Amino acid sequence: MIDHTARTGPGRPEPAPAAPADGAARPRAGRAGRDRPPGKSLRARLRRDWQLLLMTVPALGLLAVFHYTPTLGNVIAFQDYSPYRGFWDSPFVGFDNFYWLLTDTSFWDATLNTLTITVFQLVFYFPLPIALAVLLDSVMSPRLRLFLQTVVYMPHFFSWVLVITLFQQIIGGAGLISQLLRRNGYGGLEIMTDPDAFLLLVTAEVVWKDAGWGTIIFLAALAAINQNLYEAAAADGAGRWRRLWHITLPGLRPVIVLLLILRLGDSLNVGFEQFFLQRDAVGRQAAEVLDTFVYWRTLAVGEWSYGAAAGLVKGMVGLVLILVANKVAHRMGENGIYRRT
Amino acid sequence: MTLTTRRPAWAEAPTPLEQGAKAAVLGAILLAVLFPIYVVVLTSLSPASAVNDAGGLVVVPRGFSFAAYAELFAGGVVTRAVVVSVGVTTVGTAISLATTVLAAYGLSRPGSLLHRPLLFLVLLTFLFGPGMIPSYLLVSSLGMIDSYWSLILPTAVNAFNLVVMRAFFMSIPAEVSDSARVDGAGEWKILTRLVLPMSKGVTAVVGLFYAVGYWNAFFNAVLYINDNAKWPLQLVLRQYVQQGQNISAGSLADTSQASSLPPGLALQMAIVVIALVPVLAMYPFVQRHFTKGVIIGAVKG
Repeated sequence: MIDHTARTGPGRPEPAPAAPADGAARPRAGRAGRDRPPGKSLRARLRRDWQLLLMTVPALGLLAVFHYTPTLGNVIAFQDYSPYRGFWDSPFVGFDNFYWLLTDTSFWDATLNTLTITVFQLVFYFPLPIALAVLLDSVMSPRLRLFLQTVVYMPHFFSWVLVITLFQQIIGGAGLISQLLRRNGYGGLEIMTDPDAFLLLVTAEVVWKDAGWGTIIFLAALAAINQNLYEAAAADGAGRWRRLWHITLPGLRPVIVLLLILRLGDSLNVGFEQFFLQRDAVGRQAAEVLDTFVYWRTLAVGEWSYGAAAGLVKGMVGLVLILVANKVAHRMGENGIYRRT
Repeated sequence: MTLTTRRPAWAEAPTPLEQGAKAAVLGAILLAVLFPIYVVVLTSLSPASAVNDAGGLVVVPRGFSFAAYAELFAGGVVTRAVVVSVGVTTVGTAISLATTVLAAYGLSRPGSLLHRPLLFLVLLTFLFGPGMIPSYLLVSSLGMIDSYWSLILPTAVNAFNLVVMRAFFMSIPAEVSDSARVDGAGEWKILTRLVLPMSKGVTAVVGLFYAVGYWNAFFNAVLYINDNAKWPLQLVLRQYVQQGQNISAGSLADTSQASSLPPGLALQMAIVVIALVPVLAMYPFVQRHFTKGVIIGAVKG
C-alpha cells in the first residue's frame, strides 16, 4: 500500500510514511487531535477513551518495570555500590567512578576500537546494500528477483552464534577451506584468530548477515523513482550508466543521507554479541568494544558502580550523537528519526 | 516491489557480456549464502563413514543417516535445550504480540486521553537504554535469575515493533471503526473483529520479529541463566559447537554402544541445523509480507 502510493508519486521518493519517527508528531494526526471540539471535560474524555487507556497498560507496565526502573538504577554510577548494602545504603561517591573511568586506558582502547569499526564499516559495508539493491532491481524476471530477495534476506534472521559458527566451519582454522589447504600441503587459515585481520573478519560477517536485508529500504526507494524520467533520459540518448548516475543515485539520495546520519548517530554501537563471542579467539586488544568492556571489566568481576558509570557515559554520549545527527538531518531538509512538533 | 514484469520498450537489451557479469555476481552471492548452509546440513545427515572419509565437512553426498539427530533427540543436553527454546519462544511471542497489539491499538487514535505522553514514553526508549548493569541488578532483585521469565519479560515489548504496528493501524480508514462505534461496538470488539482481521500481514511480520528474537536470544541467557540445565539452544550451540567442547564425550553418549555413535562433527552440525530450521521454516511464510510494504517505511528506524 505504501509501495503503491510511492510508486505513483513524484520523482523524488517521499519519505515513507510509516517511519517510527513520525510517531508523536505526525502532522495530520496532530491537527485532527486539536480539531476535536474543545471544552470536552476530562471526565467525558475518560468515559470515551478508558478502553484505549486500559489496552496500553500491559505494554507500558512492562516498559516501566524493565526499562524505566533500571534507567533510574543508574544512580549506582554515583555510588560505591555493593549488593549487600543495596541502593539505599551504599555510600555516594560523586563523580569518582567517572574520574577513574576517564583515566582508564583500557576504556579508551575500547572506545577507539568501537570507533575504528564504525568508520571501517561505513566505508566497506555501507555502500554494499545500495549496490546490491540496484543490482536486484535490474533483474527483470519477478520470480527470479523474489527468489534472490528471499535468499539474501535470510541470514539477517540467524543468530550471531549461528553466523559465527558457520564462518568457523568454512574459513576457520579447522574449517572446510583449511582442511582443503592442509590436504594439499599448505597451512590452514588463521583469519578467525588473527587480531590484525579482525576488522576484516567482523565486517565480512556483517556483510554476510545484513547486506541483503539492508537492501529493503533501497529497493523501496528505487520503486518510487518515476519511470518516466528513465524513459525521457533514454530518449535523449543517455545510456545505462548515465541513467544510473543522473537518475537512480539522485533518487536514492534522501534515503542514503538519512541512513548515513543515523549510523553516525549510532557510532558507539557496533553490536555486542558478535564481539562477545569472538573476544576469546582474537584477544581483547582487537575485539574489546565499549559494550564488552562494560561486561568483562565490571559485571563479570562484580564492579557494579564502575560498570554502570561506563554504561552511563556511553548512553549519554550516544544520546547526544543521535540528537545532533537528527538536527543535521533536519538542517539538510531530510526527515530524521523524529520530526519536530 | 515487483513492478516491472517486462523490460520497458525504451530500455536497451543488455549485451551478453553485461548479462554474463550480472549472472556471475548474483551467482556468487547465492553461493556465499547457500553453500555454508548446504555443507552443514549435508554433514549432519551423513553417515560416520562419509564424515571420516571427508576428514571433516562433507561436500559431496555419500549416503544419508539420521543417526546424529536420533542421538541428539534421545534425551540429554540438546533435547532439553530445544524444549527450553521452544517454550520460551512460544510463550514469549504470545505475550509480546498480545501486549504490542493492544498498546498499538490503544495508541492509534491521536487526540485520545493521554495519547501524547504515553506515546512519548514508548518513543523515548529508542533514544536511551537503561544499560546492562542496572538491568541485571533489577532482574536479580526481582528474583528472576535462573527463571525462564528473565528471558521473556525484559525484552517482551519492543518499541520498534509497537510503532510499526501502530502506524499500520493508523493507516486503516477511521470510517471503519467509526461506523462500528455508532453501532455500539466497544474498542475490544473493534480491535478483534475489524482491525486485526485487516492486519494479518503486519501481525505476521511483527510476530516473526518477536519469535526470531526469542529463538536467537543469547546474551540475556548468558546474563540471567547460571544453571546449565536451563540453557536455551543458543548457549548449547556456543558451548558444544562454537567453542568445540566435545559433545560425544559423556555428556550425552551412552558409552556402551560407542562404536555405533555418529561422529562428533555430525552431531555438532546437527545442532547447527536444529538452531537453523525453525527460522528457515517460519521465514518463507512471512517473507511475502515484507514486499507488500508493511515494514518498508518502518525499516528506516
